[in-house]
Amino acid sequence: MSTSLKAGLDRLPGVDQVGLEARAAQLGTRSIKTTSKQWAIDLAISMVDLTTLEGADTPGKVRALATKALRPDPTDPSCPAAAAVCVYPDMVPFVREVVGDRLHVAAVATAFPSGRAPIEVKLADTAAAVAAGADEIDMVIDRGAFLSGDLEKVHEQIVAVKEASGSAHLKVILETGELQTYDNIRRASWLAMDAGADFIKTSTGKVQPAATLPTTLLMLEAVRDYRIATGRQVGVKPAGGIRTSKDAIKYLVVVNEVAGEDWLDPDWFRFGASSLLNDLLMQRQKMLTGRYSGPDYVTLD
Amino acid sequence: MPKFEYAPAPESRSIVDLQASYGLFVDGEFTDGGGTAFKTVNPATEEVLAEVAEANEDDVDRAVRAARRAYDRVWGPMPGRERAKYLFRIARILAERSREFAVLETLDNGKPIKESRDVDVPLVSQWFFYHAGWADKLDHAGLGPNPQPLGVAAQVIPWNFPLLMLAWKVAPALAAGNTVVLKPAETTPLTALLFADVCRQAELPAGVVNIVTGAGETGRHLVSHPDVNKVAFTGSTPVGREIARAVAGTDKRLTLELGGKAANIVFDDAPMDQAVEGIVRGIFFNQGHVCCAGSRLLVQESVAEEVLDRLKTRMATLRLGDPLDKNTDVGAINSAEQLGRIRDLAATGDDEGADRWSAPCELPERGYWYAPTIFTGVTQAHRIAREEIFGPVLSVLTFRTPAEAIEKANNTPYGLSAGVWTEKGSRILAMADQLRAGVVWANTFNQFDPASPFGGYKESGYGREGGRHGLSSYLEASR
Repeated sequence: MSTSLKAGLDRLPGVDQVGLEARAAQLGTRSIKTTSKQWAIDLAISMVDLTTLEGADTPGKVRALATKALRPDPTDPSCPAAAAVCVYPDMVPFVREVVGDRLHVAAVATAFPSGRAPIEVKLADTAAAVAAGADEIDMVIDRGAFLSGDLEKVHEQIVAVKEASGSAHLKVILETGELQTYDNIRRASWLAMDAGADFIKTSTGKVQPAATLPTTLLMLEAVRDYRIATGRQVGVKPAGGIRTSKDAIKYLVVVNEVAGEDWLDPDWFRFGASSLLNDLLMQRQKMLTGRYSGPDYVTLD
Repeated sequence: MPKFEYAPAPESRSIVDLQASYGLFVDGEFTDGGGTAFKTVNPATEEVLAEVAEANEDDVDRAVRAARRAYDRVWGPMPGRERAKYLFRIARILAERSREFAVLETLDNGKPIKESRDVDVPLVSQWFFYHAGWADKLDHAGLGPNPQPLGVAAQVIPWNFPLLMLAWKVAPALAAGNTVVLKPAETTPLTALLFADVCRQAELPAGVVNIVTGAGETGRHLVSHPDVNKVAFTGSTPVGREIARAVAGTDKRLTLELGGKAANIVFDDAPMDQAVEGIVRGIFFNQGHVCCAGSRLLVQESVAEEVLDRLKTRMATLRLGDPLDKNTDVGAINSAEQLGRIRDLAATGDDEGADRWSAPCELPERGYWYAPTIFTGVTQAHRIAREEIFGPVLSVLTFRTPAEAIEKANNTPYGLSAGVWTEKGSRILAMADQLRAGVVWANTFNQFDPASPFGGYKESGYGREGGRHGLSSYLEASR
């Protein structure tokens, strides 16, 4: 889809910023109580990609995180496991060692988070992550190419990384905070889906603003429309800045009312987060016991 | 079975102290009425909420005399900066008691608490704040130095926004120095009576605001009373005509804000998802009980199918039911009578060959309910494209060119509002220039602001409310 690529993307309907943000704010006022909340918190836990992306990450640190992802609440076996553990490629073997095939292991590849490296390096990065045992690859798009109008280059790179990922699922990070406009975000979403993304993801978590409710709503509209147009379903992963259960539930409401309940599943919606899980656990304990505990009643990462 | 079934989240009604019976508010006191008391019901449950006094001719006369006295002795001579203090005080109390007002409005009207809480009541206190600011600045209203109030204003308001319409009428009248006698609709009098309590709490001088309850007969006595100087009415076009006749030949000033059949025009380059939201907000907001509702959707033929698909998908997510539930999007129809009217008019759509589609929501067993409905294949020749239905019923028409959109949009006896959806700025301005409507919204719908004049062309009435223009309806330029 080379020459028609830009024309196709230009034909996408525009996004009215005021209207989009008003809709997100309105859905954010849904009042979620008791049984629905209990259900939503468990679902949210099962959608967490428990993440550590620090230069200082060590095997010990990621082993601890992986253990927590398997059993988020050691006092309660009924608590669901997280969806995946997300680390840098060199940390993948240590995670795999802990989780076996019980959880997905995601690796950020392609010169994360800047993406500023030759394509050969990005592909090698991806291949190394897969070889080390990652079954999900989180790649970043070349925002420079996108903003300079070279959509073709962005498209080609995603196609190449998808191929290098083999059977691993490819999550394409748009870094929405750098794309700036909602029109850009919608265009980038379609571009990524067309190039073969299995998931579209908002942010690396290294750039502000990271995930926002309006941006996620927009990307959910994109995957909904893409499925109508092509029959293929693509997942959505907001990442960065989602810290509280209350926020997570707002995202689930938006998933439910915008894309539909088909996406209310860890196969199609994920949270990229590190601190969110503990708040979900504390809320979960509160709902089961009727009492608030404190930070000492949930484990450190 | 849906995966995510939100648990009920009902707002507590205990914040409202419902009385078994309510009197009239005349000269600062609650008094009995001479007429036959009537009942007001909760349209969502058909439960009787309270018994309300009916004002007969003598009661209306008493109220007008109280207003005249207050005008002559206190409110008329009072400096604007003093009047402003009372208006600010009322605005503040309304904001403080907002939850109480929102719950009572929802009980009496049937609109979702989400709307009474987030739209009606905040706008009400904004209206008073805005006009409080004007009270000592009337010299700058564009009417020359020292404009004068008119005197006693007779105000009759509808049941769709009972408290908001009160604010639209009372705030500018008081800011300009008039006193008022207001008649709320017979199906929704309770928030007006609670507002009377706010007037007392604000220590507003007796007689400045009087509230007489009753139906058409009470309204007739009020607007034809020889000692009122100004009549303001919001409601249906037939009643507006009757009032215009009653006032004709007198020196009473008159403003009428009547029905509408607004065109909501969607071009092929519109921001599609937001346009669909705007269509929903345009016609299903307040159950379509909105005089400026976007009840005629004009959609460009090239995108009609896509827009309708998206609209139906969106409508399927509307939650209809208990208006006190914070998650309810669509509440109850205000009365059995109105429900009957909606059903009858919608039936003509079927008879004349339009295609009906209703959102798949379950209707509660008790109360007055109507599922959000759209008719496609509608033409200008259908009754449902011409007559105001005043309910959650949308007629969908198509057009091919901007010129055709304008022609169809203007081809109506009404002219209150219109909406334009396009990403092209120049087209918005060109359309706004040619649409014969008092308000034209671009890439939004049903937005209200106290600083923005609101009113209609043709059978949608005359005069403007809000902003400087609205203020001028309650003032006489000094001679």
